Amino acid sequence: MRLKLDKNETLEISSVLVYVNIVIIVVFSLIFSRLWHLQIINGEYFKNLSENNRIRIQEIAAPRGILYDHQGIPLVDSFPSFDVSAFRQDIPDMQALIPALSRALSADPEKLRAKLDSTKGSSPFQAMKLKTDITREELAMVETRRLDLPGIMVDVVIRRNYPYGNLASHLIGYLGEINQEELEREEFTNHKIGYLVGKYGIEQKFELDLMGENGGRQIEVNALGRKKRILESLEPNPGNNLFLTLDLELQKVVEEGMADKRGAVVVMDPQSGDILALTSKPDFDPNLFARGISPENWKALLRNPAHPLQNRAIQGQYPPGSVFKIITAIAGLEEKVITPETTFHCSGSFPYGNREYQCWKKEGHGRIGLRQAIVESCDVYHYQLGLRLGPDRIAKYALALGLGQLTGFPLSNEKPGLVPTSTWKKKRFGIPWQGGETLSTAIGQGYNLVTPLQIATTLSALANGGKFYQPRIVQSVRAPYGEMIREFPPVVTRNIHVSPETLEFIREALWGVVNSPGGTGGRARVEGFDVAGKTGTAQVVQRREGRSEHLPPEQQDHAWFVCFAPARQPQITVVALIEHGGHGGAAAAPVARKVLENFYKRTKGISPSLLKMARETPRPPME
Amino acid sequence: MFDRRLILNFDWTLLITAAFISFIGVINLYSSTYPHTGTATPLFIKQIYWLLMGVGGMAFIILFDYRTFIRYAYPFYFLCLLLLVMVMFFGRTTSGSQRWLQLGFISFQPSELSKLALILALTRFFIENENPQGYGLRDLLTPFLLLAIPLFLVFKQPDLGTSGVLVLTCLSVLTFMGLRKKTWGTLLVGWAVAVPIFWHFLKDYQKTRLLTFLNPDLDPMKTGYHITQSKIAVGSGTIWGKGFLKGTQSQLHFLPEQHTDFVFSVWAEEWGFIGAFALLFLLLLLISRGLKIANTSKDKAGALLAIGISAQIFWQTFINVGMVVGIVPVVGVPLPLMSYGGTSVIVTLMGIGILMNISMRRFMLSR
Repeated sequence: MRLKLDKNETLEISSVLVYVNIVIIVVFSLIFSRLWHLQIINGEYFKNLSENNRIRIQEIAAPRGILYDHQGIPLVDSFPSFDVSAFRQDIPDMQALIPALSRALSADPEKLRAKLDSTKGSSPFQAMKLKTDITREELAMVETRRLDLPGIMVDVVIRRNYPYGNLASHLIGYLGEINQEELEREEFTNHKIGYLVGKYGIEQKFELDLMGENGGRQIEVNALGRKKRILESLEPNPGNNLFLTLDLELQKVVEEGMADKRGAVVVMDPQSGDILALTSKPDFDPNLFARGISPENWKALLRNPAHPLQNRAIQGQYPPGSVFKIITAIAGLEEKVITPETTFHCSGSFPYGNREYQCWKKEGHGRIGLRQAIVESCDVYHYQLGLRLGPDRIAKYALALGLGQLTGFPLSNEKPGLVPTSTWKKKRFGIPWQGGETLSTAIGQGYNLVTPLQIATTLSALANGGKFYQPRIVQSVRAPYGEMIREFPPVVTRNIHVSPETLEFIREALWGVVNSPGGTGGRARVEGFDVAGKTGTAQVVQRREGRSEHLPPEQQDHAWFVCFAPARQPQITVVALIEHGGHGGAAAAPVARKVLENFYKRTKGISPSLLKMARETPRPPME
Repeated sequence: MFDRRLILNFDWTLLITAAFISFIGVINLYSSTYPHTGTATPLFIKQIYWLLMGVGGMAFIILFDYRTFIRYAYPFYFLCLLLLVMVMFFGRTTSGSQRWLQLGFISFQPSELSKLALILALTRFFIENENPQGYGLRDLLTPFLLLAIPLFLVFKQPDLGTSGVLVLTCLSVLTFMGLRKKTWGTLLVGWAVAVPIFWHFLKDYQKTRLLTFLNPDLDPMKTGYHITQSKIAVGSGTIWGKGFLKGTQSQLHFLPEQHTDFVFSVWAEEWGFIGAFALLFLLLLLISRGLKIANTSKDKAGALLAIGISAQIFWQTFINVGMVVGIVPVVGVPLPLMSYGGTSVIVTLMGIGILMNISMRRFMLSR
């Protein structure tokens, strides 16, 4: 194609050019008048501002979101504290300032110097924190010595407070200073060194919801670096609030019941998987962290042999002991190796291989049926049942009933427990399954490991007729003024396939554990409330016979009590585990009973559906 | 064979103006990056290298008749698109936007090159497609695509400033093309529809940046702080300025971009209203020479090219200075020949070379 380039055709532009010139003149006049305005009219003002460059930037921390219990009672709040920061630009003489400052703040001068030096690269116009949460005395010292402390400023900062101290500390979690690895994450791009972020529990898992958005302001300072006035300011956006499934009152009962013990308690709504209360003992005080934990306190927590930072309810893996007999019994009935009418003879021990396997009751239960074997927790019955089933059929039901796997609880570091099979044994140890191990497994000893939360989900599923709920701790995330951001409805992860007859039989037997004569769980009985439960005593050390009372405390048995109530249409599941507590019926059942009593007292006469409604609609936070 | 008229018609005013602005630019870079510590080559020295390379490009361009370049307008345009696409995949990211392409040991910004490519491509289109009745909407489909493709790629980087310059340059060329009144009306409506859509695709920080100049409260920590400090710098220069290397604002390096997007604040602080006025006058002179060349060009091609190049210099000057004095949002556009940056300097000088080229050949008849 031939281009038209070679034609000498011109473009008539002078007519348009007139208008274009006008536009250009207007635009340049605009710039000139703006320069006139800045440089001539306001020149002196700006010159003044620039002399010392008196404009500083200060960040305003966003208030963190609040956690509420299911009734809308706040579990955390905030209190004002005073922070000291410095504008390096306004410090005329660092050598003179440091001694004066270290006296006022009773701080190590070397540390102060290191802090002031550490941000050499950053903007000298930006406030940097020197000490957080100073005492009233320190505040008075700084304020009265303003003249000796140029460039030093005191701010009021809102700090997180946990009014109930240790209560539910493993669920709530704690805050800590952001670390290098976290600073590099995309979601923390606006964070700086020294910021507090969630490090554990809900505070960590819901950090992005809770943190909000910091604001900031430009302030004009005087020659001493003191705030004169605010030029521009952007208010921070508070974090979103979380509504938990927790019931503060039940939680208090649980905390009290476990006050001097080690172990864990999980209280669950079997109809939704809601965690109504959960504790792990020993615990810690999240307030220590909110102010920036001291190295001594942190070391003490880490070195404590009882591991107070571990959440035993989801991370503690324990042998289930006799609680496991529920699984063995279900397996026996479903696999039809026994019927409810099948009886075995218990003489107090059972010979197998070249060994006698003991029943906890030395004198024996005599001829005994399945119901009574559960009520009285007969070991010999379950040894023989276990032998009929074999290890892999027991494992099949344990897995189907939710053991040996994560429950899907939203908080980090949940442990799966262990359901041993013959292939697992071969792989793990290289030797085949021994017959005697079947006996141990059938009564929940041996390789079996469960977490208290797992048992609570499994028991809830048995109680509600077979629905596996994912344990739920956060119901909803709401914006500061109440509008819904996200909701977490109850989630049924799967259904267990156990025949209704079997379930009915088990529920009735568990009712018997608490309410029949000879039942091991009599101490959990609540007048008027049909409690169904099971005791468990998990051996910590292998021994041939007898109880553990004569052993040193760290070798005492773990005590389990697991229950739900009412036996029909259950509304509450309680799982209590007391480490080295001895016998389940004696040590753990009373803790569970206190929870049941409190729950019954408060819900008496209220229909379950009403209760449910009350929980699903959290009260908006009070201002 | 050599034609005496080539020398006779050489636009010395244009060359001297450009040289003068470049000289001021180097002086100012010396100040805005002062003190020159460290072992790396100081930026003002590097800027001199870029300027020399630009002069080389300029000389090369003058040798050939400008119509030769229009012949290669489309291949050049597609090469630019290719480079922009390459930036998308292999580009170097600095402070959140992917603008740089590393070729061997040099790195450059294809988005700068795309300004020139767009002007050439539009010129080529309009001389090939004439419409004495005035252009209608349908005629403008190709120019629209010529703009839209690089615009999209540049916008994605993201580079709001260059995107704006591309759109405004294209509109400026259209102004001279004799569009029907109705077409202008349609374009206006189209614009009204496009702006909210465009707004929707902006990232949050970009929205904040665009709005902050109207309301510095929106972002007192970053952009708002820059605007405040930039205004203080400019204002504190008063009539005569604080003197070379004496700008307190500049010497404390409160602005991260004071050698690129905010060079004008350094100049205005140290040389005052007089200095700022003089610099803007030189830039205005550059633009008006460009438009004069367009007016006296012997053909449509030369006129269009000259209009495009002048428009680009004009809009960059307006956006950059407007942003520094706080009347235009902070979008990031280099000030021609003043801001540090190799690609920008070389492309601007090449554009000026094209202007000279058109001026020199205005009395030559084509064969």
